Amino acid sequence: MRGLGVLRVVLIQDLAISRGERTLFSKLDLTLRSGEAATLVGRNGAGKTSLLRAVAGLLRPAAGSIGFEDGNGPIEADTARAEHLHMLGHQDGLKSSRTAWEELRFQTLWTGGTEESARAAAQRFDLRRLLDLEVRRLSAGQRRRLALARLVASRRSLWLLDEPMAPLDAGQRAAFGAVMAEHIAGGGMILASVHDPLPIPARSVEIGA
Amino acid sequence: MRAFGILLRRELALAWGKGGGPLLALTFYACVVVLLPMASGRAPERLASIAPGIAWLALALAALLSLERLFERDYEDGTLDLLAMGPAPLEAVAVAKCLAQWLATGAPLALAAPVAALMLGADLKVMPLLVLCALAGGLAFAFLGGLGAALALGSKRGGLLVAVIVLPLFAPPVIFGAGALDGYAAGLPWTGGLLFLLAYSAGAVALTPLAMGAACRSALD
Repeated sequence: MRGLGVLRVVLIQDLAISRGERTLFSKLDLTLRSGEAATLVGRNGAGKTSLLRAVAGLLRPAAGSIGFEDGNGPIEADTARAEHLHMLGHQDGLKSSRTAWEELRFQTLWTGGTEESARAAAQRFDLRRLLDLEVRRLSAGQRRRLALARLVASRRSLWLLDEPMAPLDAGQRAAFGAVMAEHIAGGGMILASVHDPLPIPARSVEIGA
Repeated sequence: MRAFGILLRRELALAWGKGGGPLLALTFYACVVVLLPMASGRAPERLASIAPGIAWLALALAALLSLERLFERDYEDGTLDLLAMGPAPLEAVAVAKCLAQWLATGAPLALAAPVAALMLGADLKVMPLLVLCALAGGLAFAFLGGLGAALALGSKRGGLLVAVIVLPLFAPPVIFGAGALDGYAAGLPWTGGLLFLLAYSAGAVALTPLAMGAACRSALD
């Protein structure tokens, strides 16, 4: 369980995000603590994805700050992002010409996991029979499961999820709900943009209201 | 360092992968080298005198081939997001990508260059120098090309932009390398050109990753 619970607090203060001339939202305050999940709700284009990307450090906020703390106090944002954070967006970063296993293995090793943990994650998401297939042959739901598997394969405390459930069927949604519940119970944190509520207890945060 | 190795291996696998990489570059190189003599007239002695130059110039052109894909694919499918949140900074990611590009296309081309020069009738004695120039120059081409590819990220006509950005940067190494080869073949001083080429390559390898990292960050923003 390396890494889990290392990051304790995500502190978003007075955050404003602009795309071009347009301000998506401003004065957003949000504190996420170890063992908490929050869902971001709001209409399309309200800035849910932008907020997730800002927390991940991919997008510079127009104003405000995003801070990270471990048990001992604030830590460098770059360190937090390089070691304690998973982001899963609409684009899953899977190369369609490579096999599922090659991609899962790389993503796992890159985010600090091991080959064994990647195999265990594949088992967990019922991907074992698909590992030798090229990613292009997977269905949308299978592909999403492959992308989700890296969350489990390398343990990082903060999960930033952008519509994680969309292509999953009912059974897989329940299974992923169990995975998320386990992550929260282990001291992890989840910040997810959703249209349908997550199958776990989560605080709802309205974006761009 | 471990992360760098993991990434380098992946980039190599992608570059060597189906239908791309070395085979494409080598085929293109062969086309240029075979067609150019047909267009340049029948005098073999004239051909022999420009052979090292042709072999060298064709290298620069072949290096342009797969540049557009270097960052663009990763940008489009979200891999760049993942790479940006990994254990290595984007500058190191850029180095791994360019190094893989060089290993997959530059190095095979450097080995093909003397064969091409020989076919065109160049003197055997320039071959070691040609390989050296091709290896060092290829490194410069890969890193400068990477710079162009990173700067063109997200633009609609990326391929065109890459060529426009990169061509002026390719001019100095082409001139230095050709100077060294010409001088050597004619028995004139040649070390100056080679040293300039090596220095230019070293400069490119050292400096372009900083610019590539910044360009990627700005494209993701």
